[in-house]
Amino acid sequence: MATMQVDVVAPEERLFSGEATEVYARSLDGEIGILPGHQPILLALAPGSAVRVRDTGGSEHRYDVGGGFLEFKDNRLTVLADESGEAGDAGQP
Amino acid sequence: MPGAGELRALRRRIRSVKSTQKITRAMELIAASRINKARLAVESARPYAEMITTVIRDLAASGEVADHPLLAPHEQVRRVGIVVVSSDRGLAGAYNTNVLRRAERVAVSERDAGREVTVYALGRKADGYFRYRGQDIAETWTGIADRPRYRDAQEVGRTVMDDYREGRIDRVWLAYTDFKSALTQVSAVVQLLPVDARELEGGEAYPAQFLFEPAPDAILEQLIPRYVEQRVFAGLLEGAASEHASRQRAMKAATDNASDIIDDLTREANRARQAAITTEISEIVGGAEAMSS
Repeated sequence: MATMQVDVVAPEERLFSGEATEVYARSLDGEIGILPGHQPILLALAPGSAVRVRDTGGSEHRYDVGGGFLEFKDNRLTVLADESGEAGDAGQP
Repeated sequence: MPGAGELRALRRRIRSVKSTQKITRAMELIAASRINKARLAVESARPYAEMITTVIRDLAASGEVADHPLLAPHEQVRRVGIVVVSSDRGLAGAYNTNVLRRAERVAVSERDAGREVTVYALGRKADGYFRYRGQDIAETWTGIADRPRYRDAQEVGRTVMDDYREGRIDRVWLAYTDFKSALTQVSAVVQLLPVDARELEGGEAYPAQFLFEPAPDAILEQLIPRYVEQRVFAGLLEGAASEHASRQRAMKAATDNASDIIDDLTREANRARQAAITTEISEIVGGAEAMSS
């Protein structure tokens, strides 16, 4: 099964790093799914949208990134998230 | 009884030094635990910083930088802003002094060049320092230096970017403290705006078949402000880690110093006690001899 290296990073922390088989995101034009071998792309994510990553184990991770950018090249997919997407992160001391 | 008053005074001083030592030790321990959290925050923020820089550099190498308002230097530099990262609270050794002096040097050299200077103060200490010296302060933020969050950096970044775009300031410096290690923190000044074109060199141009959505210049338009915010955030995080490291060192020195003082005072108290006993014995012996003779 083809995989790609996926990194989802937010300003405060790295949210995901590892091999994945599928990534779904929403651009300004609509929903986009990226599989390994996709055409190289740099796109702006729709404000308030989420990114879903299916890892090699088949489980899906959802990140409420709230916007940002997605780049895919050389079989590496990078999401520059605007937010960490965790509700209640203000609760930390 | 001679010496008793002196003894009581010494014991009182020992008690007072001991209670001060309890406070400095507590502050030392708190600072030590915060250093680790602050260092972790610096580390956690690094991947985003590296990746956004790479993307911007690659776009720049593709010739997309053009004339973004945050990249283009203003023709005439009349008014300069300095963002100063300091702490809200003192007792942090030389942490504030160093970064404030550094910022002051920048202010002096800009003023010598005939430019006006305005300060964006982060932390109560920067505000106090520059206000006391009659320096114009554009804005002050407190309550964020201790444990900065990204949204705080966003607010600071947006304020200076707005002021820059609207021509209220023509250049922005960021003065902060670089956390090199737990033992070494160095004050640093970097140019925040306009974004130095040299920072964006060295990228790999995007190949022709690359798909952009929206167009590359529109993407860059959105990326640049985030890049500036992220740099403010990095300065805040480095500053926070440095503040805690500095405070820990200062409080450790104070605690050690208190131990020395307690040792000295205890020795003195023992001597006074011994002197009092000796006097008492010689009085008793003297009294007994007087009666027997």
